[in-house]
Amino acid sequence: MSKTTDAVPEIGSIEPNQHGYRSFTLGAFRFDRDEYFTHVAWPKGHHMLPVDAFLRALQRDIAWGFFYGIVNFDAVIGTMNHYGSVDLFAGRFNDHYRRAGLDHSERFTTPLIQRVFEAMLDDWTNAGFDPFASPQETGSAFGPKHGSNKEAITRHRVTAKRMIAAPGDEPLRTDDNGFPVNRHFHDVPQDKPDVRAEPGFEDEVVAFNLFAYLSRSDVTWNPSIVSVCKASLYCPTTEEYILPVIHGNDRVEWFVQLSDEIQWEVEDRDTGAVRARVTMKAGDVAAMPADIRHRGFSPKRSMLLVWENASPELPALYASGKMPPTPVQF
Amino acid sequence: MAQHYTTRFGSLERYDKGGVEVVNDDARNYVFSNLFEVASRAKPYEKVAVGKNIDYVIEAIRAEGISGWRAPAHDEFALVMDGEVEIRLLKLDNPGLVSPGTKGSVALAGTPAGRKMGVVRARRGHMTLLPVGAAYQFDAPRPGVILLQTMAGADTVERWGDICQTTPRRNAR
Ligand SMILES: [Fe+2]
Repeated sequence: MSKTTDAVPEIGSIEPNQHGYRSFTLGAFRFDRDEYFTHVAWPKGHHMLPVDAFLRALQRDIAWGFFYGIVNFDAVIGTMNHYGSVDLFAGRFNDHYRRAGLDHSERFTTPLIQRVFEAMLDDWTNAGFDPFASPQETGSAFGPKHGSNKEAITRHRVTAKRMIAAPGDEPLRTDDNGFPVNRHFHDVPQDKPDVRAEPGFEDEVVAFNLFAYLSRSDVTWNPSIVSVCKASLYCPTTEEYILPVIHGNDRVEWFVQLSDEIQWEVEDRDTGAVRARVTMKAGDVAAMPADIRHRGFSPKRSMLLVWENASPELPALYASGKMPPTPVQF
Repeated sequence: MAQHYTTRFGSLERYDKGGVEVVNDDARNYVFSNLFEVASRAKPYEKVAVGKNIDYVIEAIRAEGISGWRAPAHDEFALVMDGEVEIRLLKLDNPGLVSPGTKGSVALAGTPAGRKMGVVRARRGHMTLLPVGAAYQFDAPRPGVILLQTMAGADTVERWGDICQTTPRRNAR
């Protein structure tokens, strides 16, 4: 890639195809969908993804603002965040495509790729399909175009400034504000901490039930900020079924399994070669090194604390080798 | 038919542990531990790092009895993972007890001078703000576990080789 494209294209074809879906282009990439599949084409190749998996990945990529590092939709297609611009790639982190010279990558300004991705998600998400929900809790993504689900794909993104429930910060979840306890978490206690603040200190003596808060999450695989210690962000999330993306790290991230169990497949970030399988049960803590990619599997809805260091200088430090890819040496 | 689900949390008394199964790697790269196991082998209020990301740490703290007073240099967050902990907060008369540039928190001698801010009684899953400018004290009648979000400070204990998996198979000892 030589330049960053920021020209605003016509977003999507005017005429829908025979299945009712519009087609989208980003640079030399073209995206089409039919009843079952997303078709991605670039100058040196083309690829198919099941459309339900594609929309789940696309939804996360948009909602997370392209996240930290690489969001692989599968072993071929994905995005790499440069925080202001984003690479869209095919085969870039696939050893075989790379060696065959069939990979392709183009850089776009973040607002441009975001606009096209949002338009695609909107056009391709049918009524009754919620890309954020677990498969058991939503309808089918397949078939000819029928309706839309704007409400599901434009949810509020939770980003606490200090802590959930602190004055002026993100609110708690309740039955009344549309967050009932999830079917897998009916046994999670909903008690509140006893908070007794002296007069004048009500804004600083604050506590909330994080586990109850998580039990009321209506989405899966969506790390959201609940507490902020400078650049240290607690981003817990509730997980069920499969992480819809394979996350490639540009820094170390940490997991604390808060409840139940997740298994992680860990691969080399650049080639996809398998490195390890990590099984995490409640109370387990593990680092994901800066040179890997990982995908989680959660048989029952579980609570996972994703812990991030959001310092902006980190990707360059790891990429230059100034920082070892693992967080501690022992 | 409504299916019944059981959510599994850990505790000092009862925790299961997963682990790393290596295909082509070193298990140490995952710095894998279990915070209940760490706390079960720790002294009361020992601040054992179970995660570290450059300047930042998460500490597994065995809450048992009454802790000394500490003052953080920035907001910290205490998540009770097991047991019940009373958290007392005091507004420091002299914020200079924490010198500028401090990371994490500092231990204070005795009870520092200050105004009572309030008390939080927190049980499993409850997260409490430990605000900058305040001092805090923990009181746990029975052993419990706190996971603390903070920065690595003078009293942070790092003993990775003792707490982490070093073998390529999780069941190997
Ligand atoms: Fe990740």
